[in-house]
Amino acid sequence: MSEYIVEAIRNGIFETLEMTFFSALISYILGLPLGVVLYATAKGRLLENRPVNVILGTVVNILRSLPFLILLVLLIPFTRFVTGSSIGTVASIVPLTVGTIPIVARMVESSLCEVSPGIIEAATAMGASPVYTIIHFILPEATPSLLLGGAINVATVLGYSAMAGVIGGGGLGAIALQYGYYRYEKEVLWTTVTLLVIMVMLIQEAGGFIAKKKRKI
Amino acid sequence: MAKVFELENVSKVYENEGKEFEALKDINLSIEEGEIFGIIGMSGAGKSTLVRTLNRLEKVNGGKVKFYGSDLADLKPSELRNVRHSISMIFQGFNLVNQRSVIDNVMQPLRIAKIPRKKRNEIALEMLKVVGLEEKKDAYPARLSGGQRQRVAIARALASNPKVLLCDEATSALDPKITAEILDLLKEINKDRKLTIVIITHEMAVVEKICDRVAIIDDGRLEEVGEVKEVFRNPKSRAARKLVFPSNPFDPSKEESRLIRIVFDGLAASEPFIANLVEKTGKKVNILSANTKSVGGIGYGQMVLELPESVEDQKIITDFFKEGGLSVSEVTRE
Repeated sequence: MSEYIVEAIRNGIFETLEMTFFSALISYILGLPLGVVLYATAKGRLLENRPVNVILGTVVNILRSLPFLILLVLLIPFTRFVTGSSIGTVASIVPLTVGTIPIVARMVESSLCEVSPGIIEAATAMGASPVYTIIHFILPEATPSLLLGGAINVATVLGYSAMAGVIGGGGLGAIALQYGYYRYEKEVLWTTVTLLVIMVMLIQEAGGFIAKKKRKI
Repeated sequence: MAKVFELENVSKVYENEGKEFEALKDINLSIEEGEIFGIIGMSGAGKSTLVRTLNRLEKVNGGKVKFYGSDLADLKPSELRNVRHSISMIFQGFNLVNQRSVIDNVMQPLRIAKIPRKKRNEIALEMLKVVGLEEKKDAYPARLSGGQRQRVAIARALASNPKVLLCDEATSALDPKITAEILDLLKEINKDRKLTIVIITHEMAVVEKICDRVAIIDDGRLEEVGEVKEVFRNPKSRAARKLVFPSNPFDPSKEESRLIRIVFDGLAASEPFIANLVEKTGKKVNILSANTKSVGGIGYGQMVLELPESVEDQKIITDFFKEGGLSVSEVTRE
């Protein structure tokens, strides 16, 4: 491989990590509360509210059913509005975040559903308000499951970030596409793919490790 | 004595897929300050629903549940939460937060009541001392045995300095030895802290061991309420008889024989009354079952007897027992 490609790959790694980190971070900042609301407003839950639950649930389902590649294209005007540009690493963070939020929300919702109803009943019997119960009983009890879900989500974002290359995003995906696919340089293709696989594995392992450390059962 | 809870014509109906199910039917009941009150019934009888109406985890469809004279239904959500600080509850499944340490669990109700951090820690340690688990304060619930977890739950329940403790099948998941220890602890807490305790159980042994009064619930109805001793000596309802009579006496020699149950307390037990019966009246009975029990700390014996066929003989025998101060009740077979 020529030197400039090695250099490009090195930059690509950082760009991929940058996109993954910020997309995952922002999608959790927005997706975690959304997941909590989806959970808490469902039937029989603490803050049961059918209209809110149905509307949010529908939006999440629609976003989730769009193939990510289509979402990338659909979001171009929005991306340009937010970041001032529709290409590059920073611009890719926008569609990545939007695409990940609904996944995070559903994942959080399912983690919270695992918390035993008995704990919620105990909290209510103690005189805890619904919001207090969620913050101090349900979320702590669901932490190990949330962390495992988090690892899966970050790995998903990483995979999505490779797709951002198609519409001019940066990162390893873009390199694989440009050199590996369009120019048919197999070496570059396999190197980037291997790097992506290693990164996903590391994230998954790290997530599993932290979750295990945190789990008290 | 002040009444902690008063239930007036309480009813509860569940609706499930268009079908209605009456879990509680017209319950009238009052629970007095300082007593240990048992609520016993078979599973599905409605006792868990009943205890949940006491802290309004279950809303009632009809009637009133009053806590120190005020109807729980009249309270605003925030007022209800305040009242719940005075009504603690422990559960069959302990319901501790597994991802939090023992002391964090015990501090939780204090945090809800907005007590400052330092004070929280102090009270929690004191409560752990009461239940004998202060050295486990930094452990996590998963590392504790069932009995220890229930002790943590009791410490947590006591932390908010409640007026009442509701126990929902609190010993049903524990073995007999640990059950006895937990019941002793509850009795001790009842005495030391003058805490009113309401115990839900399906085991008569639990009621006999620590309760002062008992309510028997069957099919959503209150069948009988009374002092445990009285209910044990002389159960009036069918549900009560089913609970206190020995469950597996020998079969009588004849299908149609009349069976009676006699109960004698520790004082009468020194008298050989069966031998006396034979000696004084010349009549004989067939003993189908006999055992002894401790009810509220007093020893009781009970026997199920098969009487001879002649009606006069039967009368002579039952009169003899009644004169001797024993409780005599009919045993009806299903």
